[in-house]
Order: sequence, then C-alpha cells, then structure tokens
Amino acid sequence: MTDPNNIKMTARDVSVFYGAKQAINNVSIDIPTDDVTAFIGPSGCGKSTFLRTLNRMNDTIPICRVTGDIALDGHDIYASGMDVVQLRARVGMVFQKPNPFPKSIYENVAYGPKIHGLASSKSVMDGIVEESLRRAGLWEEVKDRLSESGTAMSGGQQQRLCIARAIAVDPEVILMDEPCSALDPIATAKIEELIHELRGRYAIVIVTHNMQQAARVSQRTAFFHLGTMVEYGVTSDIFTNPRQEKTKDYITGRYG
Amino acid sequence: MNDRAARQPTDWTSDAMRKRIVGRYRAEARFRFAGLFAIFLSASFLAFLLGSMLFTGLGGFTRTELRLPINFPALGMQVDPASLNGTTAKSTLINADIEGAVQRAATAAFGADGPKLLNDNAWRTVLNDVLADPSLLTKNTVMSVPVSTALDTASNGESDAAGIAKYKSLTEKGVVTNALSLHFFTESDATEPSEVGIWGAFKGSLLTMLVTLLLSFPVGVLSAVYLEEYAPKNRWTDLIEVSINNLAAVPSIIFGLLGLAVFLGFFGMPRSAPLVGGMTLALMTMPVIVIAGRNAIKAVPPSIRDAALGVGASPVQVVFHHVLPLALPGILTGTIIGMARALGETAPLLMIGMRAFISTPPDGITSPSSVLPVQIYLWSDEISRGFVEKTSAAIIVLLVFLLAMNGIAIYLRNRFEQRW
Repeated sequence: MTDPNNIKMTARDVSVFYGAKQAINNVSIDIPTDDVTAFIGPSGCGKSTFLRTLNRMNDTIPICRVTGDIALDGHDIYASGMDVVQLRARVGMVFQKPNPFPKSIYENVAYGPKIHGLASSKSVMDGIVEESLRRAGLWEEVKDRLSESGTAMSGGQQQRLCIARAIAVDPEVILMDEPCSALDPIATAKIEELIHELRGRYAIVIVTHNMQQAARVSQRTAFFHLGTMVEYGVTSDIFTNPRQEKTKDYITGRYG
Repeated sequence: MNDRAARQPTDWTSDAMRKRIVGRYRAEARFRFAGLFAIFLSASFLAFLLGSMLFTGLGGFTRTELRLPINFPALGMQVDPASLNGTTAKSTLINADIEGAVQRAATAAFGADGPKLLNDNAWRTVLNDVLADPSLLTKNTVMSVPVSTALDTASNGESDAAGIAKYKSLTEKGVVTNALSLHFFTESDATEPSEVGIWGAFKGSLLTMLVTLLLSFPVGVLSAVYLEEYAPKNRWTDLIEVSINNLAAVPSIIFGLLGLAVFLGFFGMPRSAPLVGGMTLALMTMPVIVIAGRNAIKAVPPSIRDAALGVGASPVQVVFHHVLPLALPGILTGTIIGMARALGETAPLLMIGMRAFISTPPDGITSPSSVLPVQIYLWSDEISRGFVEKTSAAIIVLLVFLLAMNGIAIYLRNRFEQRW
C-alpha cells in the first residue's frame, strides 16, 4: 500500500479489552512517516482507544489489556525491554482538552526537555523553548510573558502551548486526540494550519469526529466503526470514492 | 389541540402568584436569620471563653515583688567575690548561709516581721543575681524578690481584710509592686503558684510537636501517595483503607496505652520524654494526614497526570513534580488539623508518664518533660488559690500557640495554592 521505507509505526491484529469488553477488534494499520493520518468514526468507535495504544497511555488504566503487535521503527513497543518513558518521549501526545501544567509558559515547554536532560545549559533551554513556541505559532503572542501562568491563556493558546510542549521533547510521532473539540472555529483553524506546517517533520496521527477537518488536514484516513477499522486509504479516495458501504454512509451523513 | 387551548395564559400578577413571591422572600429571610443566629451563637461562645480566660488569666502574667534593700558588707558573709567562679560558686554561697543573710536583710529593712514578707524561695533569686554579678557582694543595693504566698494571695484580693490592708500599705510605700513580668514565660513548674512558669511545658510541647510532625508528616504523605498512585485496587487496599479510617477514630487514650505497652514496656524508652510523647501522638496524627492526603491527591485533575505522562515523565516524576505540589495545600490543611488535635491532647500523655512534676525545662527529646495541656490539667488540680490564675494564663498561652500554628498553616496554604 505504501513504500515500506516510509512507515513509522505498524499495528498488526491489535485488539484492546476493557475487562471482558472488547473495545478494538483486530486492527492492522501502517502509519506513514511524512503524512498526517486521521482516524474518523462515530462516537465510541474506539478511535481514541486505539490512538492511546500507540504510546501506551492506556497502561494507566488497570483493566485495559492489549493483544497483537505494535511496532515503532520495527521494534515492538509492548516488548518487555521497551522503556515506556522513552517511548512516550518519542511518541508525544496532545489531548482533547488543553491541559497545560499550572506553571509558567516557559516551564510548561521546558519541562519535557528538562526531565530527559536534553538541554545542557540555560541558554540551550531558552533556545529549545523559543524554537518550540515558534513552531507552535505561539512565540509572537507570548514572548513577552513567558513567566505568566500557562493556565491564564485562552483555550486555543493553551492547546498550542500543549503542542509546543510536545514538540519540545523532539518526538518522532505526535498523537493528537481530538485536539480541536474544545476550541472555537478561529482557534481550530490555527491548529489546523499548524498541523500543516508540522507535517513531514513529525509523523502525525489525529483523531477527529469532524470529517471536514480530516479532509482538510490529513493525507491518509482510517475509518473506525464499532471497534473495527472499516477502511484505510488516501484521504481523497476515502472521501470521494469509498470502497465500503459503511464508510460511504458515514461520510454522507447517514449516521454518526 | 383542545388540551392546549384549555390552558389559560399564566397570570403573573394574580394574588396566588404574589403570595408565592412573598412566601419565597420570607423563606429567604428566615434562612438568613437562622444562619446569622448560628454564627452569632458560636461567636459569642468563643468570645465568652476567651473573655473569661483573659479576665482570670491576665493576673497570671503579673508578679508581686518586694523591693528588698540589701547591704551585703553589713551582713557578715565571709565570701570573697573574686573566688566565685566555676561550678563551686553556688555551693560556696549556700555554705556562707546566703539564706540567713537574706533573712537578716529583711529584718534590718522591715523589722522583726520582715522575713515573713519574703517568699521561701526569695533567697534563690538573690543567689542567682549574685552568681550573675559577684561584685554585688561588696555593694549596698536594692533587689526585687518574690513575696510570701500570703501577700501574693492578698494581691489578688483573695485574702482576709487584715492581709489586704497590709498589702495596700506596703504598695503605697512602694515596697511591694505588682507588675507584668516575664517570670511566667521563663520559669517551669514549681510548688508555689507565685513561682510557677510555663516555659518548661511550652518547650516540652514544642519538642513533642516536632517529633510528631517529623514522624507523621513523611509517613502519612508517603502512605497517601502510595495508596493513591501505586497500590493496586484490590481487597488488601480496601482492608488498609478501612483500617486507616478506623485508626483515625480510635479514642486517644488507647494510643496512650499502646505507647505505654510498646514504647515504654517493650522498647524500654525513657518515661515522660517528648520523644515517646511525640511518637504516641504521631500514631494518632498519621491516619488524619493519610486521609487528608488521599483526598487532596484524588482532587488533582487526571488531565495533569496525562499531560506529564504524555511528555515522558516517569510515575515518580509525575508524583513529585505535579501531583504533590498541587495536593500540598490540602495535605497541609489536614496536617495542621491533626497537629492541632495532637497539641491539645492530654489523655495519651498521662499514660506515658508526662504528668510528673518537672521543675526544669527539658534539655532534649529524651529528658523528662511536661506539655501544655497536661500542665494545665495538673495546675487545675492544685488546691492553692494562686493556681487558678496560673491555669488560665497557661490556657491563654496554649490558645496563642494554637493560633500561631493555624496562622502558619493558612499562610503556607495560600503560598502553595495554585491559581487554576
């Protein structure tokens, strides 16, 4: 389906269980390096659950169990030798609700590099913070108030701060779990623009319930329904020429 | 369609409607009044308590003293001031009969009844003054010494008419003064009410609280963190939770018995010591801190944990960089509630022997000591009338101590509170 050299993450026959309830059923997918991949589907279809298996965030839920193989650059991330802390640094995440730390803007961005020892001096750290904020399109707005609290900003700014925080660790993959669902249209447009600019530098996976958004920002789209992946392909194909009846029904608004 | 037509348009100005509005306002007013009354009632109880304590207790901070002229060269003490140094100075003066010399000075100043004006311990005051400044032995000076118990009682207006008259005449002559004095804050327990002070018990309380805090805070917080962040949710953690909640409700005297049996009986630790008192009270305070800590940690939004995990923080980093700082105000509040309860606790300390008569302040956490509430209890049990005001004065000191502790807690909480 794609060039094997351009694959960042692969999932094979992945199933996720919450206790006895199966949330994801045998999903296999290849996440490309240079593209934005969108997961779409109706509420409760398991797209967020699947996203969280990609950096093992679901480890925090005791009853959650994952079977199948997920690999990052060909290495199994559920293998016993895999360090979860390092995995999450390499596979960053942006959450549905903006969740900056109740600390200053600077400390928010600097936290990740600090705990991973990425900055050898204060000036290097200043550089990382500025570059991350610039790349998140926030630098011009906040450069004069870096010591103010990250929670005092508007929702859209907070979400871009969270993206800057994820970028600061220099991850290889960024997972975004409905990053715009709590934002107004203008803030949403800014985030989408940002995703465009970040494309190519990071492999980006975005979960969205907004089909127009998926069409605007992604090159590849996977459609989930009731815990299974119904269809996966180039975004324009999925939206103009879906192969599955269910996909067609969903994107034409027959249910969802 | 017919049903809808049958419904009349609501008349917002009808009598029934107006009555309902009036009734609603009345209910509001009634509720406000009830709340106000409750506040007033509790405030007036508090004011009454403080007022009565201050009224009886303020006298406890004053001291009645006699201005005693002493002409040392005329008293015939065979002591060379230059030889008064080192550890032998005290015994040298006692051997030179400084007690008798003070009696003679009183006779010389106030006639044959002079020595009766003096407190039995008056010579000790003179002794200490001379030890501090041996050159006094060559001088004719005036010293302030404590008055007899009879005169002290008279100063409070609780003596017979003759005694009060004598006290009045002496004060008019300027021989006897009754003034605020630091004596109460610098001395420890004594047999005579005019001689007692709170310092020993205060220092004992301070040391005991220190031991309690150092033991219960880290253990309590770490238990809370483990139970909330690490422990698997199973039958064992449920059992531990029930046990901790039970511990928090156990009557304090039981902790005293436990301390007696385990710390004194089994480990053979020193009796009456702040160390053992602090350990016993720590057992009592710990569950309170664990419960408050768990609630504070639970109140930290999970999104912050997600955020920290999402940038690759390890579980320990999540706890120490994010969860604990956010939970700290709540933990501190719980700690202070537990510590305040421990500060006022008497029963368990009686069990481990902190009710002994101890006339010197403790040197460290292993030397015998009393604590404020036990001191109050002991003094309230004394027969001498002079102890009434001393008891109230000690209660005032305890309340001020508590107030200071709560003040610090509120300050710390506001400092660490994060604007959300």
